[in-house]
Amino acid sequence: MPTVSDCFSKLRAKGQCALIPFITAGDPDLDTTAKALEVLDQAGADIIELGVPYSDPLADGPTIQAAATRALKRGIKLEQVLQVVQSVQGKIAAPIVLFTYYNPIFYRGIEQFLDQVAAAGVKGLVVPDLPLEEAEGLLIPAKERGIEVVLLVAPTSPRERVEAIAQKSQGFIYLVSVTGVTGTRTEVASKVKDLLPNLRAVTDKPIGVGFGISQPEHAQQVKNWGADAVIVGSAFVQRLATGKPEEGLKAIAEFCQNLKSVISV
Amino acid sequence: MTTTPINPSQTATQPDSLGRFGQFGGKYVPETLMPALSELETAYQRYKNDPEFLEELNALLRDYVGRANPLYFAERLTAHYGKPDGTGPQIYLKREDLNHTGAHKINNALGQALLARRMGKQRIIAETGAGQHGVATATVCARFGLDCVIYMGVQDMERQALNVFRMRLMGATVQPVEAGTGTLKDATSEAIRDWVTNVETTHYILGSVAGPHPYPMMVRDFHGVIGQETREQCQEKWGGLPDILLACVGGGSNAMGLFYEFVRDASVRLIGVEAAGEGEGTLKHAATLTKGRPGVLHGAMSYLLQDEEGQVTEAHSISAGLDYPGVGPEHSYLKDSQRAEYYSVTDAEAVEAFQRLSRLEGIIPALETSHAFAYLETLCPTLEGSPRIVINCSGRGDKDVQTVAKYLEGNG
Repeated sequence: MPTVSDCFSKLRAKGQCALIPFITAGDPDLDTTAKALEVLDQAGADIIELGVPYSDPLADGPTIQAAATRALKRGIKLEQVLQVVQSVQGKIAAPIVLFTYYNPIFYRGIEQFLDQVAAAGVKGLVVPDLPLEEAEGLLIPAKERGIEVVLLVAPTSPRERVEAIAQKSQGFIYLVSVTGVTGTRTEVASKVKDLLPNLRAVTDKPIGVGFGISQPEHAQQVKNWGADAVIVGSAFVQRLATGKPEEGLKAIAEFCQNLKSVISV
Repeated sequence: MTTTPINPSQTATQPDSLGRFGQFGGKYVPETLMPALSELETAYQRYKNDPEFLEELNALLRDYVGRANPLYFAERLTAHYGKPDGTGPQIYLKREDLNHTGAHKINNALGQALLARRMGKQRIIAETGAGQHGVATATVCARFGLDCVIYMGVQDMERQALNVFRMRLMGATVQPVEAGTGTLKDATSEAIRDWVTNVETTHYILGSVAGPHPYPMMVRDFHGVIGQETREQCQEKWGGLPDILLACVGGGSNAMGLFYEFVRDASVRLIGVEAAGEGEGTLKHAATLTKGRPGVLHGAMSYLLQDEEGQVTEAHSISAGLDYPGVGPEHSYLKDSQRAEYYSVTDAEAVEAFQRLSRLEGIIPALETSHAFAYLETLCPTLEGSPRIVINCSGRGDKDVQTVAKYLEGNG
């Protein structure tokens, strides 16, 4: 499995925009999560963000909160999530980025957590409640283990912060498209159009745009505004959780192909 | 009235530039909120010593809240714990329950509302557990004509129905939160999500010494008036310091407000009392400092009730205001540095104390506050001589009579 950075280098050489779907691990169950990773990989996902269910997901809207609550009710544990990641090694080409809140990392101990996720084959981390000031202690030991920690930039971040975050972020920079939590919205905030060039001016690292992107038109819009990657979460989680697991898998495969085709034009 | 700075320079611990008290505190929030926290910190630093701000705050604390409130000698409670030889602790109550709205919470709500106005924020949000902070926030919003949304867990709305009515009466929107256990933790998460979404127009009046920096410091400072008045009143009454300060701890704002002034007075014992719910040995308690481990919740590192996976666990207490799996980071610091002591009492012990104070002093304390009174049962027999104890009588118990009646019916 390539690193996140490798993945972007290849796409960039081909002039392509990456598609990054997000799903919550263990919803509706771990078997489906394993299958979903393969399905998404085959349907055009370039990188896959896998959410570790957490009891207090502050950055998440109702869809992902509900998915996490369902998974926790089933007793899903980090080790099981990592077993799923390990089980798809060699079967999928897309690197897996783990989306997890900070407390489970801290509780386990940063080094031990990183050893475990690295051994499972995780290539990157997104920790939405760990801003730049608190991230230092994770960035360095992660790098030593070949794991890239992706930092987030928000519409409210002032220029000096944007620069500092861009400098420290690894793999790519996660541009949060809205002032708000995750979840589907009817349109992409037009602010993104201004945020993208501002961020581009201070970095040559790839930029992924996420939060609130739920339709192919949104993805296309964001790509045209110059994003290197489009991140779609709640819309996948919602589809995967609707109906029986096979129906959910079929729905996310179609949706993934759709998204990929509009951003490949 | 003199305009004393909120934060006299001779007082003790300040968090460092990242908002840390030792390893505790910090800012663990989504990036979207980081600029708002900086803006808030800048505004707070600017106004906390500003004469005009302090004059307005102090005038309102006097004329609207009714400060200074008394330090009351509880004669019959003292007699109750007296020893046959005539010695025994002398027990005084700092009467925060006599404040407008019936609890200490208004000190902070008022301070933050004045700050929000100066920051040009017209919309206010807050979380509430027992409803006391929600009522205090709704009150100051009515007073200043600010839009007000209060997040409250559905379970708490049921057990504190009277406070829900009071908030609505004063024009606030009470937003029910169904997530999780429908208690204070979930209400706080939802308030933070609202703030992430509406940060440009909204100020979040966080109600405890918890949350990301600068809240633990700022909320403590706004409640610092409790300890400052206590010092003066002790001086007036017996010309010295208290020997022991006693307060209940959920998030820990009333305790921090009383303790902070005395942190540097090494002779003063600081004792915080948490909720042991159905017992520390059960899974149904809220004894964060006694039974928790360091972790991150709602933007700060502090002691936390959590499971082996680092998932935050559900707290339990008969008192909605203490029903919280986290605690303010400065309390964690005071615990680890052994400057303060923390113990816990059960629901049953708190309900007994609720009745005892009502019968002996004609003062019905809040269930939260009753936890501090309940610890006297354990503490008093261990004390030599006649030390002076000041208990923060942080709130009145009118809101709790139904809960207690129901509890006594079920356990009678």
